Amino acid sequence: MARYGMAIDTRLCVGCMDCVVACKTENRVPEGFDRDWIAYETAGTFPALRQEIRSERCNHCDNPPCVACCPTGASHVDEFGQIVLVTRNECIGCKACLASCPYDARFVHPQGYADKCTFCVHRVKEGLDPACVSVCPTHCFTFGDLDDPDSAISRKLASRRSHPLLPAAGTRPRIFYLD
Amino acid sequence: MTPELFITRHNHLIDPFVHVWSWQIPVYLFLGGWVAGNMILTGYFMLGGRHTRRSPLLSALPGLSLVLLSLGMLALFLDLEHKAYVWRLYTTFQWTSPMSWGSWILLLVYPALVVTWLVRPPVLLEDLSQTVERITSTLQARRDIVRTIGITSIVLGVALGVYTGVLLSSLVARPLWNTGILGVLFLASGVSAAAAFGHLVTQRPDERALTVRIDNVVLASELGILALFLVAMLNGNAQQVDAAGLVLGGPFTAPFWVFVVGLGIVIPLIIQLLAVRHWIQHTPIAPIMVMAGGLALRWVLVLAGQVSRWAPGTMGMQ
Repeated sequence: MARYGMAIDTRLCVGCMDCVVACKTENRVPEGFDRDWIAYETAGTFPALRQEIRSERCNHCDNPPCVACCPTGASHVDEFGQIVLVTRNECIGCKACLASCPYDARFVHPQGYADKCTFCVHRVKEGLDPACVSVCPTHCFTFGDLDDPDSAISRKLASRRSHPLLPAAGTRPRIFYLD
Repeated sequence: MTPELFITRHNHLIDPFVHVWSWQIPVYLFLGGWVAGNMILTGYFMLGGRHTRRSPLLSALPGLSLVLLSLGMLALFLDLEHKAYVWRLYTTFQWTSPMSWGSWILLLVYPALVVTWLVRPPVLLEDLSQTVERITSTLQARRDIVRTIGITSIVLGVALGVYTGVLLSSLVARPLWNTGILGVLFLASGVSAAAAFGHLVTQRPDERALTVRIDNVVLASELGILALFLVAMLNGNAQQVDAAGLVLGGPFTAPFWVFVVGLGIVIPLIIQLLAVRHWIQHTPIAPIMVMAGGLALRWVLVLAGQVSRWAPGTMGMQ
C-alpha cells in the first residue's frame, strides 16, 4: 500500500503562488480561503540574514492529531495512499480538528464542514500529480510513495538534507522541505 | 533571535491565530462542570444517608442539573458549523476522541440524573404523581440500591468533570491546554460551583454549613492546582513557557488574576472562611463570586489557549 508524501525544494521555490492558484482552481476553494499558502521565514541578524520560502499545506501526518480528536470519524486516514481526508457528510463542524492541527492547515468550508488539502486525491487516483505539483514553474515539488525506495521522492530524500515542519509536535509530517 | 514568519494565507477562524471557539464552549464547559459537581455532591449526600430525610438541596440538584446540562448541550450545538449532521456523534464511538467519550458520557448522565432525582424528588412532584411516590418508597427502602445510585452518580460526575478539561488538554497544538492538570482543575472548579450553589440557595443551616466547608476545601485545592498548572507550564517546553506568558504578563494577565484568581477564588474564600468562624454572617455574594469565577476560568483559558501556539521559530529553519 502506498504512503504518499511530498518533498519541496526550498532552493527552487520562489514564492510565485502558482501552486496556490492551481489548488484554488482545481478544488474550487471558496473565495477567502486557502488549502495551501506560501510562508516566508527569515532568521538571523542583519546583515547575516537567511530566508526560506515554503509552499505549505496539510502535512498528511503519519500521526495526525486531527484524526485522533475527531468524534465522528469524519477525519480519517484513507486506505488510498494513507492520505488524511474528511468525509463531508460525517463532519459535524465541531472544529476540534482545527484546534488540534499545529500547522493550522484546516478551515471551515462555508458549507460547514472542515476542509483542507487532499493531495488532489481525485487526480492521484487517475495517475496524475496534485495540481500544485503539476503547475510549479520551478519544479520544486516531488510527489510520490514514501514507502517505495525506488520512487523519485524516496531517492530525492535519500540524496538531500531535508526537514519537516514542527517535528517536536510528534505528528510525523509527510511533507519534507529540502535544505 | 526569533525568526520572522510571513504567510500569504488568511483563513477565517484560523488567522492571525486560531479563534474557532467563542462564548459557547466556555459556557458549555462551565455548565458541564457544574453538573459534574452537582452529581458528586448528590452522590456524597446519598452515601451519607441524607436521602432518608427531607433535603431541599438533594431534591433540587438532579432536576436543576437536567436543565443545566440541556442548556450546556444547546450551547455546544450552537457552536457546531454543520448542525444537520450532529446525529453522527451517536453512530460511532471513536476511542481516541475525548469529544466522542463526552458525547456518550452525556448520554449516560441523563438517565443517571433522573434515577437520582427519584430517590428524593421535590415534595411537589411526589404529591402530584403516585407513581413517583411508589418508586421513591421502593428505592428508599433498598439501602443497597441507593448506595449503588450514589456511587454511580459520583463516578459519572468525576468522568464528566474530568472530560470537560481533557477536551482541551488533548489538543497538542495548543500549548496552554496541553497538560493533564486541566482535567483536575476543571473538576475541582465544577465541584466548587456546585457547593457554592448549594451554599447560595439552601435555607437549612446544616446544609449551608456543609456546603460552605466543602467549597472552602475545594477552593483552597483549586488555588494549589492553579499553581501546579503554572509551574508545570513554566517547566515545560519552549511553547508551554511562551503559553504561560499569556497569563504572566501577557494579554490575559488581568482577566486571569483579577476575575479568576482574585474575585473568583481568593476573596470569596476569605469571606467564607470568616463566615465559617462566625466572624461575619453568611453572604450570598461569596458563592456568586465563586460561580462567576468558575465561568471566568473557562472563558479565559478557552480564549488564551487558542492564542497559544507553536512558535514560528520552530518551523524548521536550523
